[in-house]
Amino acid sequence: MSKLLTVKGLKAEIEEKEILRGVDLEVGDGEVHVIMGPNGAGKSTLGSVIIGDPRFEITGGSIFFDGDDITGEDTDKIAKKGIFLTFQNPIEVPGITLGNFIKTSLEMITGERMKPSEFKKRLKETLEVLQMDPEYAERDLNVGFSGGEKKKAEILQLLMLRPKLAILDETDSGLDVDAVHIVSKGVEAYKKQVGGALIIITHSTRILEALKVDKTHILVDGKIVDDGDASLIDKINNEGFEAYIKE
Amino acid sequence: MKEKTQVNDIDRSFYDFRNEDADAFKVDAGLTKDIVLEISKEKNDPDWMRELRLKCLDIYNSMEVPDWGPSLDALDIDNIFTYVRPNMRGMQNDWENVPKDIKDTFDRLGIPQAERKSLAGVGAQYDSEIVYHSIRDEAASKGVIYTDIESALKTEYADMIKERFMKVLPPTEHKFAALHGAVWSGGSFVYVPKGVKVDFPLQSYFRLNAKGAGQFEHTMIIVEEGASVHFIEGCSAPKYNVANLHVGAVELWVGKNATLRYSTIESWSKNMYNLNSKRAVVEEGGKIEWVSGSFGSHISYLYPMSVLNGKGARAEFTSVTFAGEGQNLDTGTKIVHNAEDTFSYVNTRSISKSGGINTFRSSVVIGPDAHGSKSSTSCESLMVDSISRSDTIPAMDVRCADADVGHEAKIGRISDETIFYLMSRGLSETEARALIVRGFADNVSKELPLEYAVEMNNLITIEMKGSIG
Repeated sequence: MSKLLTVKGLKAEIEEKEILRGVDLEVGDGEVHVIMGPNGAGKSTLGSVIIGDPRFEITGGSIFFDGDDITGEDTDKIAKKGIFLTFQNPIEVPGITLGNFIKTSLEMITGERMKPSEFKKRLKETLEVLQMDPEYAERDLNVGFSGGEKKKAEILQLLMLRPKLAILDETDSGLDVDAVHIVSKGVEAYKKQVGGALIIITHSTRILEALKVDKTHILVDGKIVDDGDASLIDKINNEGFEAYIKE
Repeated sequence: MKEKTQVNDIDRSFYDFRNEDADAFKVDAGLTKDIVLEISKEKNDPDWMRELRLKCLDIYNSMEVPDWGPSLDALDIDNIFTYVRPNMRGMQNDWENVPKDIKDTFDRLGIPQAERKSLAGVGAQYDSEIVYHSIRDEAASKGVIYTDIESALKTEYADMIKERFMKVLPPTEHKFAALHGAVWSGGSFVYVPKGVKVDFPLQSYFRLNAKGAGQFEHTMIIVEEGASVHFIEGCSAPKYNVANLHVGAVELWVGKNATLRYSTIESWSKNMYNLNSKRAVVEEGGKIEWVSGSFGSHISYLYPMSVLNGKGARAEFTSVTFAGEGQNLDTGTKIVHNAEDTFSYVNTRSISKSGGINTFRSSVVIGPDAHGSKSSTSCESLMVDSISRSDTIPAMDVRCADADVGHEAKIGRISDETIFYLMSRGLSETEARALIVRGFADNVSKELPLEYAVEMNNLITIEMKGSIG
């Protein structure tokens, strides 16, 4: 049976600078994958290219999701197929509340109208999971949110939209201990409620403590240079990436 | 997926339909003394009005076409029909008595529906004449007058009109104010007596159907001490391949501690020259609130002005202007602070797309007696693509040391990153752009009654779809 996500020989560049130089990655249903690597290795680019960021040009390879070739597909179509990417720096959009945006988004993705009462109920429950004040849903999308609030708002959308695959891009960076704890609870809830797969792009391991990691990949200079199980995380924590960096 | 919101269910044909030319009467194209006299006769003007028209014609002929804004070279008054009477005699107060094609027009624009639901009174102008006017009994019984100026001139308000007509906005103000004075027809007269608060808005809708015609309606609103009213005007026209012209004039008086909210949703077709003038005089403690959404016209010159004459008088000006392909919209506002502790707040957004040009001019004058006055202007511009243009030209003339005047301007473009972010949540590119623009225009839509906010969002969605498709 084919995997949920299959990335083969993926090459991508931005402004004629090659960032991904042949990435291979397979993620099965419900699996948890961690991607680690030094700064500038192309980790965030990989997440962006999978969901079709038009700023990057795919120069080689392919991406298959749920049996379909999504290489070069429009971002909204990829999102509708069930991939969700959390942003490192979520964008502020005045004039639409977080709650209304989630509702619009949900209706776009499912193609169905949702009863306002049903939506409200789900939103309220999800806000509670993340210990977010319901007042956040009434505020304009990310406008004036602190770094931690923005990250929580991303996880809120993840839980509401229920994708088959979630790519978390440095979701834990810049958060204090309490916020990391809440965010990892949110990610746990996603695993439990939705049972979706995860690709976690991270520098640190704080967010991973409560999760069972299936596979770890080391990305260096636009290529996956090592794969392993959860124990690879500890190895990196102790030794860093030095062993992988060629002179 | 199928689009679900009411916002997306209409297309441009909502405004862009036309009726056969069934006018009963129109003057020859152009502007001559004979034509002005013919209009005057057709309208049974009192003598003073006929004299005023002729004086205005002389002023018009003596003044230059403005050369400081968008070019008016392609506007040739010799090709404009300044008066077109629809095929009916006399204003009606029952839609059943309005000819079918005209009634159908206003039906399609949703006027009678809004009238039943949420308005205290309605006026409807078709080409040069008001064809329908109504006012709810509750308002009428409190002495509120809402009718066309021609009818009001035959009542006890005739002297009031004579005393004030084109006094706030004199014909010498500019060439097109003079043109208006010479050929004006239709419009509304509103009188709200002392202490009367009108609970529901009054709405006048102006529809220009005739090809190559001009519309020159005159609106006078007098709100007496302690009274309040919300007046809404809407305007639209079908598109033709020749120039149409709109030169309305709006004169407003806001009495002591009175409030007037004046809302406009303008969606003229893109062959229209919209050279409109609006002005309000506000007495002690009174307040004028302008709320304006401008989407239409080929070229606009529009700068509503507030003159704050009494202590503590206030003006608020909130607007959104949307310039798409082939549109050059020169808009703004002027506020004159003539008394102490007066206050003004200007909050505008302009959106340019597909090569559209927006120029925003603000002018704040603080007179020598305006001690302790405050004025704050915030204007933001959004360019949806790289071929559009937006300029902001603020002017301040402060002649009083203890006044507080602020101005803030921001110009921005929609970033690719924002579009990508919204698309990653399942929105199409068009939806993403429309969402950003609607959010940007939120300052006005939240000030409008719900159905007008919906209409404005419709307009934004139509305009955003135009070239992205």
